[in-house]
Amino acid sequence: MTTTAEQKNGWEPRIVAFFCNWCTYTAADLAGVSRLRHAPNARIIRVMCSGRLDPQFVLDAFARGADGVLVGGCHPGDCHYMEGNYKALRRVRLLERMLDAMGIHRDRFRLEWISAAEGEKVKTTINDMVARVRALGPLGLPGRFADWDREMEELAHAVAAHTEDVHA
Amino acid sequence: MSYLYFPGCSLRSTGRAYEESILAVFRKLQIPLTELEDWNCCGATAYVSIDENRAFTLAARNLAIAERMKTNGGGDLMAPCSACYLVLEKTQHYMETDDGVKQEVTAALRRGGLDYRGTTKVRHPLDILVNDIGLDRISKAVVHPMKGMNVCCYYGCQVVRPFETFDHAAYPVTMDRLVTALGGKSIDWPMKARCCGGSLTGTIQEAGLRLNRALLKEATARGANIILTCCPLCQHNLECYQKRINRRFGESLQMPIAYFTQFLGLALGIPPRELGIQRLFVPLPETDGKRKEVPAHA
Amino acid sequence: MPESNGHDAPRIGFYVCHCGHNIAGIVDVAAVAKFAGALPNVVVARDYKYMCSDPGQELITTDIRELKLNRIVVASCSPLLHEHTFRVATEKGGLNPFYFQMVNIRENVSWVSDDGKAATVKACDLVRAAVRRVAVHHPLETKRVRIHPDVLIVGGGISGIHAALTLANAGKKVTLVEREPTIGGHMAMFDKTFPTLDCAACILTPKMSAVKNHPNITLWSYSEVTEVSGYVGNYTVKVKRKPRYVSEELCVGCMECIDACVYKEGKTPDEFNQGLSKRKPVYIPFPQATPQVVLIDPETCIEFKSGRCKKTCVEKCDRDAIDFKQKEEIREIRVGAIILATGFKTFDAKRIPYYGYGKFPNVYTSIEVERLVNASGPTSGELILRDGRRPKTVGIIHCVGSRDKNTNRWCSRTCCMYSLKLAHLLKEHSHAEVYNFYIDIRAAGKAYEEFYDKLLEENIHFIRGRVAEVTDWCARPEEKDKLIIRVEDTMIGVVRRVPVDMVVLAVGMEPKEDAQDVRRMFNISCSTEGFFLERHPKLAPVDTFTDGIYIAGACQGPKDIPDSVAQAGAAAAQALSLIDAGEVELEPNTAYVVEEDCSGCKSCLAICPYTAISRDEAKQKAVINEALCKGCGTCVATCPSGAIRQHLFEDEQIFSEIQGLLEADEPILTGGQA
Repeated sequence: MTTTAEQKNGWEPRIVAFFCNWCTYTAADLAGVSRLRHAPNARIIRVMCSGRLDPQFVLDAFARGADGVLVGGCHPGDCHYMEGNYKALRRVRLLERMLDAMGIHRDRFRLEWISAAEGEKVKTTINDMVARVRALGPLGLPGRFADWDREMEELAHAVAAHTEDVHA
Repeated sequence: MSYLYFPGCSLRSTGRAYEESILAVFRKLQIPLTELEDWNCCGATAYVSIDENRAFTLAARNLAIAERMKTNGGGDLMAPCSACYLVLEKTQHYMETDDGVKQEVTAALRRGGLDYRGTTKVRHPLDILVNDIGLDRISKAVVHPMKGMNVCCYYGCQVVRPFETFDHAAYPVTMDRLVTALGGKSIDWPMKARCCGGSLTGTIQEAGLRLNRALLKEATARGANIILTCCPLCQHNLECYQKRINRRFGESLQMPIAYFTQFLGLALGIPPRELGIQRLFVPLPETDGKRKEVPAHA
Repeated sequence: MPESNGHDAPRIGFYVCHCGHNIAGIVDVAAVAKFAGALPNVVVARDYKYMCSDPGQELITTDIRELKLNRIVVASCSPLLHEHTFRVATEKGGLNPFYFQMVNIRENVSWVSDDGKAATVKACDLVRAAVRRVAVHHPLETKRVRIHPDVLIVGGGISGIHAALTLANAGKKVTLVEREPTIGGHMAMFDKTFPTLDCAACILTPKMSAVKNHPNITLWSYSEVTEVSGYVGNYTVKVKRKPRYVSEELCVGCMECIDACVYKEGKTPDEFNQGLSKRKPVYIPFPQATPQVVLIDPETCIEFKSGRCKKTCVEKCDRDAIDFKQKEEIREIRVGAIILATGFKTFDAKRIPYYGYGKFPNVYTSIEVERLVNASGPTSGELILRDGRRPKTVGIIHCVGSRDKNTNRWCSRTCCMYSLKLAHLLKEHSHAEVYNFYIDIRAAGKAYEEFYDKLLEENIHFIRGRVAEVTDWCARPEEKDKLIIRVEDTMIGVVRRVPVDMVVLAVGMEPKEDAQDVRRMFNISCSTEGFFLERHPKLAPVDTFTDGIYIAGACQGPKDIPDSVAQAGAAAAQALSLIDAGEVELEPNTAYVVEEDCSGCKSCLAICPYTAISRDEAKQKAVINEALCKGCGTCVATCPSGAIRQHLFEDEQIFSEIQGLLEADEPILTGGQA
C-alpha cells in the first residue's frame, strides 16, 4: 500500500462534488459571497439537478483517483424539477451498497441535501467530509488498478512461457 | 423503567424529608431506584466559582459512576436537589461543548480509574413523575384527593434555567399539572420561578429575607394555603425565616412549605410519618381532619 | 468568420480574470494562465483584470477572429452571474455561444480560501476540467418562446395594488387574486402612517377603488391560487373563488342585510378589528372594503347550521343579491408573468408568556392598538381598554419577537417607527404618560429621524432596556391594579419597576404561516427565515430563481410602506420588461432520444414529472416533447441504453470534466500526488 508514502508526501484528499444548479451550487456561491472559508479539497461539477447524477459518474470519479465523492441536491420536496432528488436518493442508496461490497468505505461517498440559503451547510459538509476522508487516507484506485493490470500481465506471460506442458 | 438515584448531601441532612418522601412515593408507584454507588458531593453552586475544572471533575465523577452502573442495568440518573440537578447538567453541557473542560476532566477521571463517554442523562423527579410515569398512572393511584389545598407551586430558578430541559424558563407548569391531577387547586402566580436567595439567607441575610418575604407575601395574597417546592434550599429558605421576616418587616406570614413529593405521597395515601411531614416547621393547612395530625405511633 | 461544426480540432482560447483583488489576491492568476497555456488544445491563455468589462470581452472576440479559435474558456466568477455575458461575447466573435465553458474560481475558490497555494492548485484542477469539457461541446440553438402578455398578481395589499395599477396603466391585463374578502391588506388596518401621519385609509382607498374600476384589472377577491404549471411566459394557473353567498354583481354594499340579520348584535370576534369587537354572520370587513360586497360566514350563520332561519337578510335585500346556493368555482387563467405580494403576519405575542399577552387583559399588540385608536375601530377611536379603563400610563415594548435568539433573530424594521407613531397617537388621544422601552431606535428612512426628534419634545419617555417581564405582582401600594414593567434602565444602570395601565407590544413581522406551501406551489425558494428568496439581495431584490415569477413587499422581508411600494413598482417593471420583449430564450439543456439506441424498455416514461416523454407505439421507441422538457436530466441518468442524452450536459462532457479534475500531469502544482 502506498498510503504511508503518499501521506508523507503531503497528500491532500481530493473530493469530487456534484452539485445541483438550483440549490446546492447556489448555496456554494452563497458560501463564497459570505466568505465562509472552508477546506479547498472539493472540486465542484455543476449539473442541473441531482437527478442527472448517473452512478457511473461516481464510479468513474473513484476510478480516476478521487478519494471521496459528494453529491448535493435540494431537500426532499423542494426539488426545482419536482422529484429529481428522490430519483437521486434511490440511486445513491443502491450505489452505497455496491460501494460497500467493493470495499470502499462509507465515509467516502456522501449525499447531502443543501438548500440555496444554506451556505453555512456547504462549508460544514465539505469540512467534515474532508476530515473523514483524510482520516481514511488516499483511496488510490488508479495506482491499484495499475498494480493489478501489471499482475495480470505477468501471469499472462508466465502462462504463455509454458508451451511444453500444455497437455500435462 | 428504573432509575439511578443521586441523593446529594442535603437530602441526607436538612432535606431529609425530601428523601423520605421520594423513596416512599417511588416505592408506592413501584418504580425501582438504585442509589448511586460511592457518590460524592456535587460541589453545588459554590465550588464552580472557585475552580471550574475541579468542580466539574467532582460532579463528573458521579456521572462516570452512573454511566458504569448503566451498563449493568441502571437507567437515567435522578437528582432531586435542584442544585445537584443543575450542577450535573451543567457539567454534562460543558463536557460536550468545551474541549478544554472535556480534556481536563476526562484526564482527571482517568487518573481515578474512571472513563466517561457522556451518555448519562440527568433527570429531575418532577420530570420523571409527570413525563415518564405520567399523570394518568398517578391520578389512578390517588387515594386522598387533595381538596381544599390551594397551592402555589414554587420551582425556584435552578430546575428550569438555563437549560429548559423539561419546562419553560420563566413560566413552568409541570408541578401545577401534577397538583391539579392530584385534586388540588394550583394558583397561577408570577413569582413561581423567582429566586429564593439561595445561600444569601446565610451570607447577606437582608437580601435573602427580602426575596423570601416577597415570595411569601405574594403567595398569601393570592390565596394560597401551602407552597410546594422541589429544592431543599428553597424549602429551607421559605420555611425557616418566616418568624424573622415577620419581626423585621412587620408581617404576619404563616405559610406551610412542603416538598411536592410529600404532597404527592399524601394523595397516594402514604402515612404522613413516612413522608417526613413531622419535620415541617409550619403545619399543613387544616382542610381535612385526616391530614392535620401526625399519629404519634406511626 | 470561422465556422465550427464541432468536428474540427478544438482551438481553445483561455482567459482568467483577476476580478481586481477578489481572485488575484489569493489565486496566482499568472500561474494559472501559464498552466492553461500548456494544456492540450489551448491556443492562447491570457489573464486580465476584469474579463466581464468591455475590453475584457473584446479580448475574446478579437482572439476568435485573429487566432481562429473555436472554443472559449473563462475562469472568473460564478456562471450564475456571468455565463450569459460571456456566451454573448463568444457569439459576437462569430462562434456558437455554447462553445463556451466557465470556471468558477471566485465564489468557489478565492472567496473561500486563505491558502493561496491550495487555492491555485484547486483553480488549475478546475481549469483543466473545463478545457477537457469544452473540447467536446456541440453547437446549440436557443429555443425562443413567446411571452403571454397577461400578468397574475397574488396578494392585494399595498404592494399588490401598486403593481397591479402600474401594469394596468401600461396596458397589460392583470388578474389580482386576494385571499381575504377585501383588498387593502394590513395597511387598511392602520390608523395613521409614519412619518407624515397621513391617514392610512385616506391614501389607500383611492388606490383600492382605482383597482376596482380599472378596465385592465380583474379583481378576484375571496379567492386563492390552487395550482400553477408551465414556465416563463406560459403559466397556467387555477384559482379557487370561494363562495360569499352574495352575488358580487348584484350587491351594492348598502349593508341593510347586516342591520336586518336575526342576530341583534355580533357574536363572532371580528377579524378586521383583531377580535376587539364582534361581528354578525353576514358582514363586511370594513365599510370601505373593496369590492364593497358583504359576505356570509357559513360557520356562524343560522341558515347554514339549521336551514331554518327567517332569512330577514334576503327579505331586506332589494337587489336579490343573497344566494345561499352559491358554490365554490375553479377558474383557470393563462399568464406570462406572476408577481407574489402576499405580505406578512405579525409575531404571535403568546410565544413570550412573560409579557402577559392573553393573560392580562390590558396587554395589547401594536396591530390591536391601530384598531383601537382608529376612528372606525371597535371603540370609535376612544382609548378604552378591555376592562373599561382609560389608561393614564402606557408602556410600549419594542422588539417583541425581533432581535431575539429565542424567537426571531432579525430586526423587523418597522417597529421602532410604528412604536413612535403609536406613542404619539396614544398621547394625543388620552394625554397619558407614555413610556417606550427600546434597545435601539431605528429611524433610518426619509424624515424618520426628524419624526423621532419631534416626539422627544412631546414629553414621551424613552427607557433603553430590554423588558424582562410584565407582571401584576405589586411591591408597593401605588402599584395596585397596575401592570408592572420590570426593566433594566441601561443608561443609568438601575433596575426599574414602571407601573402602567396599558402595555403595547411592538410585535415583529414574520413570513405568513403558509409561506412554505405557497412557495412550493410557485416553485421558488425561501430564505432561512422563511421569507421568499430573492435572486440577489442587492442587485435582484424582486426577481426569484424561477424566471417569470417576481416577489414584492413584506413577503420578501420586513419593510415599511414606502419600500413595499418601491418593490412593487420594481416587480411590475421586471414583468413589463419580460412581456414587452415578446419572447424569451430558454436554456437549450433539454433531453433528446437517439432513436437507434433506444431499446423500447419504457424505463423513462414514468420518470418525467412533466410528462415530456411518451412512447411512439409504431416505432416502439421513446419520444421527448422538447417544449415540455425542463432539462433536469433525470431520464438521461435512467436510460439503461444511454439512448437519452442531454444537451449541454452530455455524458461525454461530464466524464471529460471528471477526467480533467483528477488527472494531474503537473507535479509542481499538485503537491506531489502521483
